[in-house]
Amino acid sequence: MLVYKELQAGQRLEPLVKDPVSKVQLVKYAGASGDFNPLHTDDAFAQKIGMQGVIAHGMLVMGFLGEYAMKLAGDSAILTNFKMRFGAVTVPRDSITCSAIVNKLYEDDGQRFVSLDLFAEKGPEQVVGSGQVVLQFQ
Amino acid sequence: MELTKKIIGLSGPEFVFEVEKGHIRKFAEAIGDSNPLYVDEEYAINTVYGGIIAPPTFPIVIGQDSGDSIDLGLNQRRMLHGEQEFIYRRPIRAGDILYCQMKVTDVYEREGRTGQMQFLVLDTEMKDEAGKLVVISRTNIVYRPLKNSETGVKL
Repeated sequence: MLVYKELQAGQRLEPLVKDPVSKVQLVKYAGASGDFNPLHTDDAFAQKIGMQGVIAHGMLVMGFLGEYAMKLAGDSAILTNFKMRFGAVTVPRDSITCSAIVNKLYEDDGQRFVSLDLFAEKGPEQVVGSGQVVLQFQ
Repeated sequence: MELTKKIIGLSGPEFVFEVEKGHIRKFAEAIGDSNPLYVDEEYAINTVYGGIIAPPTFPIVIGQDSGDSIDLGLNQRRMLHGEQEFIYRRPIRAGDILYCQMKVTDVYEREGRTGQMQFLVLDTEMKDEAGKLVVISRTNIVYRPLKNSETGVKL
């Protein structure tokens, strides 16, 4: 859990390493999210359109970053803005590591905020998504 | 059909989304997110949230629910989900009844590695029963040239 006074710009935060993505997880995520694009659940379909097999929903990877951001925020801050740009694809058995660097600390209208740069990587230098989250301290 | 700025401001019909506790649990489980804030009422009540809330990417479910409610006459197969943003006024809670509407908020072009790229920005605004804004889900879609556009996304 982050403490405003202990943070400084450029600081790297403790990463979160997720369990490898599984095909069952993609089926579960399709059901829970309502995104039934067969590209995420049907290998034959994915191969027909030129992929090796199914790929993970980009929003599942954003979900991992959301889990990470909420873990960092804990009970001391709430999310006000969260965005992500999708990069390389994630496939079953990829293990995603979520990491963050403190971008900026600022005050606005008497409230304290921190913006964090977020990264989701499937291996060293293999970014599958990058984003930013703004946390408002309570 | 090609993207034009003429579609900026177009909106789909308003729709209602009820946030169910079981749906929040399934969504968190699919992500593999074991934060008790999403499932354990007793735990959640003693946090700053005062009760069960939905994970930060949950509003995407609500966007999916709108299905084809906004028909822009565009080719779904040319659409690629490039960026996603959530702007939160407050967290979504179990039991919320949200009044939602999708709008086209921007269409623009940018020079990319492979030439001119077109982008479409769709906002889904989610309000509570009193009409207060809860979340905006902002989806940035790359509208690809006709050739390598086999995959597509569902909006």
